[in-house]
Amino acid sequence: MNSDGMTMAEKILGRSSGRDVSAGALIITPVSFVFSHDGTMPLAIEQMENALGTRKVFDRGRVAGICDHASPSPSEDVSNVHSFMRTFARENGIDFYENGDGVCHQIVVERYAAPWKVVVGADSHTCTHGGLGAFATGMGSTDTAAVMVYGKTWMKVPETFRVNIDGRLPDMVPSKDVVLHVIGEIGADGAPYMSMEFVGSTVDNMSVESRLTMTNMAIEAGAKTGICAADEKARLFLEKYGRAGEYEEIKSDGNAVYADEINVDAAAVEPMIACPHRVDNVKPVSELEGLEVDQVCIGSCTNGRLEDLRTAAMILKNKRVSKDIRLIVYPASRSVLIEATKEGIIETLLKAGAAVCAPGCGFCIGRTVALGDGEKALSTQNRNFKGRMGNNKAEIYLCSPATAAASAVEGKVTDPRTAKQ
Amino acid sequence: MAKFKGRVWRFGDNVDTDQIIPAEYLTTGNPAELAEHAFAKVRPNFPSEVRKGDIIVGGCNFGSGSSREHAPRALMGAGISCVVAGSFARIFYRNSINIGLPLIQCVVDVEDGAVLEVDTDNGIILDADSGKEYGFSPLPAFLQELFDAGGLVNYVKRKMGV
Repeated sequence: MNSDGMTMAEKILGRSSGRDVSAGALIITPVSFVFSHDGTMPLAIEQMENALGTRKVFDRGRVAGICDHASPSPSEDVSNVHSFMRTFARENGIDFYENGDGVCHQIVVERYAAPWKVVVGADSHTCTHGGLGAFATGMGSTDTAAVMVYGKTWMKVPETFRVNIDGRLPDMVPSKDVVLHVIGEIGADGAPYMSMEFVGSTVDNMSVESRLTMTNMAIEAGAKTGICAADEKARLFLEKYGRAGEYEEIKSDGNAVYADEINVDAAAVEPMIACPHRVDNVKPVSELEGLEVDQVCIGSCTNGRLEDLRTAAMILKNKRVSKDIRLIVYPASRSVLIEATKEGIIETLLKAGAAVCAPGCGFCIGRTVALGDGEKALSTQNRNFKGRMGNNKAEIYLCSPATAAASAVEGKVTDPRTAKQ
Repeated sequence: MAKFKGRVWRFGDNVDTDQIIPAEYLTTGNPAELAEHAFAKVRPNFPSEVRKGDIIVGGCNFGSGSSREHAPRALMGAGISCVVAGSFARIFYRNSINIGLPLIQCVVDVEDGAVLEVDTDNGIILDADSGKEYGFSPLPAFLQELFDAGGLVNYVKRKMGV
């Protein structure tokens, strides 16, 4: 097979569909792994049963269900939804993740995603898994139902938007600030239906966790997926979770064809904030310093991983959060929570005044935590749409874990580079 | 292939799925139940005043955000005949085709309450009040086949010979 001049998306979808493909080709591809959660799985099961006439999945080792969007269950309706999913999972013998196991994307990245895999999830942030070199994209419940039954889906091979990031990021300026900067530059539909490749020396030097933060937010620019090359860091990440055997290198060819690109000088990136009510309404923290907030949240599929909690703990060590705010922390998974506990991170956060909650993502969509009228939240999540955190009379500002932690101490937006040590 | 005539609900750019149907209503997939809460937080009069056959007109990036298929289902449950927008977010587009909600990519300059006639055979939208016409391109052949089959489920059944 001729692999000259191909992007990562073209390579993966070419191999999976068994023919040479380039952007624009319509393909039917086998899917390596499919998952859904308590917001989308019930409808997928109903579509399997009522429309496709079966409750049986194509391969029980390639399907999982996760209770994370409203977990632990806050209502009888949600508990009934969880029971419905549980029954289905037991019938099929698929992997099922309970209340408190974690956010679907963190579970999938720890246990299932790997380079060259085609991953489909009934959640828009499924693009996260490209951070490990997979081709991963979100779909709705009917598409997901068809994948759960047949193990295949149709796709248009996407064009690629290359994001070149070079240089050394300043201290306290993590990858979240880079991706917010990029979305602010290109807009909420800046990479429509495309694959966003994050490449360059800055990405090479980043942890897999940091890469996942960027690929997670590709959807916020309208992209089909985000993707990073799989290298030795990806191999070590897989090894940590006992899956070194699933490693295989992938990168784009030097002469691959790109539809668009943007260059980012990492050294010049500042701490950034996405202001209400759009993710591309991005401003430097310096323009918002002093803005009082009511609640600070650290967690989500974007920034609830160990390195995020570690950064927060470093800033909050021997400090107290402002008496005027609440600090809510949601570790992304059970394993993240265990590691953070062993490192003393959780004790630091608790002593600083944080409410540390069970792993999950209910706060980000207002299912397990909601804002009051007129309140402002500063959060490490990926969306700030009006009403997202359960109240359309509230405002949501998005930032990095460093900015969130520094701001929690002061009770107002604070630049983590100049925070009092 | 169809013709629709309906009253316009006008929205702006970047209408996201949290606006169309907030996450707290994801405990049902029933279109009629979802319709009771469609746009309820941003346009509280929508659920009670929307009529069968009404048309939604949006700007660019309509349906951005979550993968929730509940969003196009809520609009179908509300009786919306089609959505006309400058561009659509990817997952919303795919979900709508899958469940049979017609989407038309076209920039249309109309206000709330205008009446549009949409002719998908000929790719023409007529503003019934001003007489102004707008042309649009039909769906790509593959998507038209999928849509004509009645959505993904019927398409898959046909392909699999079920």
